Amino acid sequence: MMKMKKLFGLAAMLVVMALVVAGCGGGQTPASTDKKEDAPKEGTGEKLKVAYIYVGPVGDAGWTYAHDQGRQYLEKELPNIETSFVESVPETPADAERVLTDLVNKGNKVIFATSFGYMDSVLKVAKKYPDVIFLHCSGYKTDKNVGTYFGRMYQPRFLSGMAAGKQTKSNTIGFVAAMPIPEVVWGINSFTLGVKSVNPTAKVKVVWTNTWYDPAKEKDAAKSLLDAGADVIAMHQDTPGPMQAAEEKGAFSVGYNTDMRQFAPKAVLTGPVWNWGPYYVNTVKAVIDGTWKSEQYFGSMADGIIDLAPYGDMVSEDVRKLVDEKKQAILDGKFEVFAGPIKDQSGAVKVPEGKTMTDEEVLNMMWFVEGVDGSIPKK
Amino acid sequence: MRLITLEKRMSPIPMAGMVIPVISIALALLAGGVFLALSGKNPLEIYFTLFQSAFGSSYGFSETVVKAIPLALCALGVSLAFRVQLWNIGAEGQFYMGAMAATWVALTYPEGSRWVVLPAMFLAAAMAGGLWGLLPAIPRAFWKVNETITTLMLNYIAIFWVDFLIYGPWKDPNGYNFPLTAPFELGATLPSFGTSRVHYGLILALIAALLVYIILKYTVWGYQLKVVGESQRAAKYAGMSIVKTILLVMLISGALAGIAGMTEVAGITQRLQQGLSPGYGYSAIIIAWLARLNPWAILLVSFLFGGLLSGGFSLQSMGLPAASVYMLQGLILFFILGGEIFNSYRLKWIGGRS
Repeated sequence: MMKMKKLFGLAAMLVVMALVVAGCGGGQTPASTDKKEDAPKEGTGEKLKVAYIYVGPVGDAGWTYAHDQGRQYLEKELPNIETSFVESVPETPADAERVLTDLVNKGNKVIFATSFGYMDSVLKVAKKYPDVIFLHCSGYKTDKNVGTYFGRMYQPRFLSGMAAGKQTKSNTIGFVAAMPIPEVVWGINSFTLGVKSVNPTAKVKVVWTNTWYDPAKEKDAAKSLLDAGADVIAMHQDTPGPMQAAEEKGAFSVGYNTDMRQFAPKAVLTGPVWNWGPYYVNTVKAVIDGTWKSEQYFGSMADGIIDLAPYGDMVSEDVRKLVDEKKQAILDGKFEVFAGPIKDQSGAVKVPEGKTMTDEEVLNMMWFVEGVDGSIPKK
Repeated sequence: MRLITLEKRMSPIPMAGMVIPVISIALALLAGGVFLALSGKNPLEIYFTLFQSAFGSSYGFSETVVKAIPLALCALGVSLAFRVQLWNIGAEGQFYMGAMAATWVALTYPEGSRWVVLPAMFLAAAMAGGLWGLLPAIPRAFWKVNETITTLMLNYIAIFWVDFLIYGPWKDPNGYNFPLTAPFELGATLPSFGTSRVHYGLILALIAALLVYIILKYTVWGYQLKVVGESQRAAKYAGMSIVKTILLVMLISGALAGIAGMTEVAGITQRLQQGLSPGYGYSAIIIAWLARLNPWAILLVSFLFGGLLSGGFSLQSMGLPAASVYMLQGLILFFILGGEIFNSYRLKWIGGRS
């Protein structure tokens, strides 16, 4: 029994110690607590609350990081708003619906959902709360209080493809692709068109990972492509994993989402990047001014929502000049990525000369262009 | 020169079932508190938010119940297997197979009335989950093949099988190739209570708990389970069939997890998709264990566990990163499980032995 007493004494001591520590920690935060509790009061002309739900952690250095940069930009640019986010929210309704409802209950009036898989959850929750505005990234369903937003990523993807096509020696370029959905498919196609515009003999080999965010899996997929003879790795994933695989193998790579040179300085040529900030500012401004209307926003390079990342040191002056000229043509509206003639993998002409694919056609694209080595899982 | 050693307890501490978990939870919250305080957060505020969002409002409460339903059904399933010392780690796979079978019914008979489709989904899910449990039970019963490994491995097969279906033959033709099945028609969805998301799966979970309780307490078969669990040799001498018991237990165990899969697709997602279960089948093992295989305790622990899961995301609005939330959840489990050892062992202090 004595021993038990000793043990309890020890436990009690730990309790006291921890309480002291906890108390100290608590002492530093009351100011911020008060602010939080005052803010949600509605109808007093208080700060507009804007929330984000992210599919990955803000530290993914890619997709979610880019959105969070946009959120921070928004908070800096507009004075009378308060932003918050919830990260790593699974794309199943079981969790997404609850997190969205929670955010509404916390007084948020504008909610950005930044992954495709949230689509149905957003629509369901939006129906229940008609006075809250929802913006869903990369989806295709809208409602009175639900808009969608995305960018013509095929423009910078084409440009990054040109840089890759010029760099490859083996004429095999690997592409680590997340999900076989149109967004990724037209990304691969525009990249391949860019590659082939400067290097008609090169091929783009595609591997699917079936996940947006899984650094290890993304890296493994890149490794398998490198083993299969690729000397440039491009990707449509959320993290720089594939970049690191290329760097380790002494190969080159094309990033995505953000400037990824810091993760693989010897490998990254360039990459298509998102710049969400201006869009977030414009949208929230429209909400504040009462001019917001549900729409399907599809921004271009000229709008500034997308861009090409700075070049890596290994990209030669000639290539830079070539790509920059094309970039200018896109900005001036003189060059369309999906202008015919475009052939599919079987060599059949899908887009005849003189025609350009409509947005509708691009957003439903479920076939690969000539030069892609891979297949889209079919029924 | 060990100063402390573990010694097997001759008799359990009185009230251990209550005292140890409570102390464990308190210690977990303390350790978590130190971590939170070090990262500049007020632990009391964080714990209050966790509690508040999981149990403090009718909405939070209902969402906690939503999480508890699949957890309870899976945990009831594995608890039966654990009772006869069968380490069924396969509830996750059985859950997926149940969800798959229910989805098959839903997609095959889209026009059917709720009164026909839902029972059919229920039966299909119970059968599919049951068969997935039976599969590893056969080599276990006849050739003593370790079921821990086989049930675990079958989880991956089930999950990849579901992946194959939603990426291929069952993909929604209007879903832009996204790996989802078509949404279920009304007839294949479980109704829910009022405006909440608490669906009728709750009733199934309660009935399942009641049935498990009755079986264990009042039936001959329940008594057999107890004997087989305590001593297979004794059971054999008493003329009980070990093989039959193993097969039947795993069948029922899998069926319960399968039913959990059905309630989740029919009640919550209303379509089959990736990530349907964020590890319900694995959490169920911990729940069954903490509840000491008692069906009523399983309901309670599932509810608390559901709160831990559903409240976690709210902590992020306090500026706590998702990783810290996972850590906190892990910490609480670690302490509770760690505390379990003091049920059957006690610390012994050894003074200055060299």
